Amino acid sequence: MLLVIVDQDRGVLDELSLQAITFANSVDPSAPLVGLVVGASGREVADTLGRFGFTDVYLATAPDLNDYSAAACGRAAAELVSTLAPTAVIAIGSQRGNEILAHLGAILGLPVATECTSLSLGSPTHVVRARWAGNLMESAELHGSPAICSVVSHLAPPAAAMNQTALVTEFFPNFTDTDLAGQVRSRIAESEGGTSLADAKVIVSGGRGVGAEGFGPLEELAHLLAGTVGCSRVVTSAGWRPHAEQVGQTGTKVAPDLYIACGISGATQHLAGCRNSKTIVAINTDPDSPIMAVADYAIVGDLHQILPALVAATRTARGI
Amino acid sequence: MEILVCIKRVPLSGAKFSLTADGRDIDTSRLGFTVSPHEECAVEVAVRLVEQHGGSTTVLSLGVEDAEEQIRDALAVGIDEGILLVTDGEEWDAQATAGAIVDAIAESGKSFDLILFGNESADASGNQVGIRVAHALSRPTLSGLKGVQVSDGVLVGERPAGSVREVFEVSLPAVATVKDGAAIPRYPSVPGRIRAKKKPVHRSTPTRPLSLLAKQSVSVPESVGKQTKILGSGPEGISALVDVFRSIGVI
Repeated sequence: MLLVIVDQDRGVLDELSLQAITFANSVDPSAPLVGLVVGASGREVADTLGRFGFTDVYLATAPDLNDYSAAACGRAAAELVSTLAPTAVIAIGSQRGNEILAHLGAILGLPVATECTSLSLGSPTHVVRARWAGNLMESAELHGSPAICSVVSHLAPPAAAMNQTALVTEFFPNFTDTDLAGQVRSRIAESEGGTSLADAKVIVSGGRGVGAEGFGPLEELAHLLAGTVGCSRVVTSAGWRPHAEQVGQTGTKVAPDLYIACGISGATQHLAGCRNSKTIVAINTDPDSPIMAVADYAIVGDLHQILPALVAATRTARGI
Repeated sequence: MEILVCIKRVPLSGAKFSLTADGRDIDTSRLGFTVSPHEECAVEVAVRLVEQHGGSTTVLSLGVEDAEEQIRDALAVGIDEGILLVTDGEEWDAQATAGAIVDAIAESGKSFDLILFGNESADASGNQVGIRVAHALSRPTLSGLKGVQVSDGVLVGERPAGSVREVFEVSLPAVATVKDGAAIPRYPSVPGRIRAKKKPVHRSTPTRPLSLLAKQSVSVPESVGKQTKILGSGPEGISALVDVFRSIGVI
C-alpha cells in the first residue's frame, strides 16, 4: 500500500498533488493507493479523490485545526503510518509537501528523500533525487520503512480523473499544542495584481543585461503574450525589480509554456527555476552563455535592439 | 534574545558541474565556496533581530575545517561567535546533521530563543534539518519564511502562497527556516572583517552516524545541453521567433 499526501487549501485541491498520485502509480502499479487529506475544509476534496484512483481516502480533522499546519499534517500522516503500515509515503515536492514530510520523518525518526525522480522500493529502497535544484542527480539508498519521498514537481503529469469513488474515513489524530500552533493565522493579499509567476503560461524574464531602466519592452511583450514579467537574482539583489518576480532556485520555480530569457546568462540557480518550461527562448549577446544550453530557440544579439522590434512584430502578428 | 543561525558551506556552482573520477561527488578543486543563499538571509535576519531587540547571536556550521571561512563571513556581518562542528568531508545526511546540531546546542549551555536555518541547502536540498531540530527540542517551527519579525516573545512569520501571503505566529522559543528574500544581506565592512578575526569560534568533532539516506553516486542530468535552434543574429531572428510564438499557440 502506498500513502499519498494530498494538499488542499481552504477546500481547494492542490493541483500539483495530482502529480504525486501519477508518480505513486509508477512506483508500484499493483499497490493500492491510499490518500490523506488534512483539515475539515478538505472534506469535499476528500470526497472527490476517488476518481484519481484511490481505494481509500483518510480525512484528518480536529476541532482546533482550522487551517493549514505542516506539523499537524506530519502528525496525521504519522498516525496513518502506524495504523496502515504503507510501504511508502509520497507527497509532491512543493514547499508544503517537503515540509510535511520533514515533520513526518522527524516524528517517526526515519529518513526523508525529497525531490525524487525515481523510487525502487526494497531493503534498502533506491532513489534518484535532484540535488542543486535539479542541476545534479543523486542515486542514494534510503533505509527504513516506510520509504518517505517527495517527487520533483512537473516530472509526472497530473493523475487523470476516472469514473470511480473511494471510501472516505474521517479520523482524529492526537495533535499536540505545538502541531496546532503552526497553523496559518491570517492571509494578506499580495499587493501586485495580475498573474502570479507560478501560474503564468508565458514569462518574459530579464537579467543583468536588461539594466535598471530596461524592463519596459519586457512588460509590453509580456502583456501582448498574456504573460508576466520575471527576472534573475542579480536583478532583485540590485533592487531593479521586486523579489516576487525572481525566478530560480531561491525565487519561484516556474514551468510555463513559454519562457523568454532576456539578457540572462543562466547561472545554475536560475536554470533550476526555469528548466521545466515547455519552450525556452534565449535572447543574449553571448552565444556561449549557459542559458543557451537549456534554450530551445535563441536569438544572438543586443536585447535593447531586438525587444522593441519583437514587440512591434508581435503586435502586428496579433493584428493590433 | 539569543539567536542561533545554522549555515552550510557549499561550492559556488558554475554553469555545469564536473564530477570527481569516482562519480561520487562534484569536483570542487577549481570551485570557490559560499553559503547557501537562503542561509545568507538567515544570517541577516539574525543580525537585524538582535539590532532591534538586543541580545546575542551565534553561527553554527557542520563541515570541513575550511568552513571556518563561512563562519568568519557571518561574524564579519555582525554575528557574535561561532561553532564549527568539524567533519572529514564525508556527507552527513539530514538526520545526522540535525542530531549533531542538537548535541552542540546542549553543549553550548545556551538556551537559544530562536534557531534559524535556510529552508533547504543549495547542494543537498533536503528541506528538513531545521524541522528535525525543532522536533528534537520539542519546539514549534515555521518553515519557508520570507518575512520574520519578533514582538513580545512571539515569532511572526510570513511567506507567499499563490496570490496571498500566509501569516503564522508561534511563541518563542522556536525554530524558523527562511528563504532568500527574507532580508537583503549586507556586505561586510572592513572593520567588520577585522573584528571577525578576533571573535571566538568554538570547535568540536562529532562522530558521524551511519547515513540512512546514503548517497551512492551523482550524475549531471541529460537535459543540460539540449539542441538549441539559433533563429538568427540581431533583429533578423524576429520573424522566426514570431512563428515560434504562433506554433506554440501563445499568439
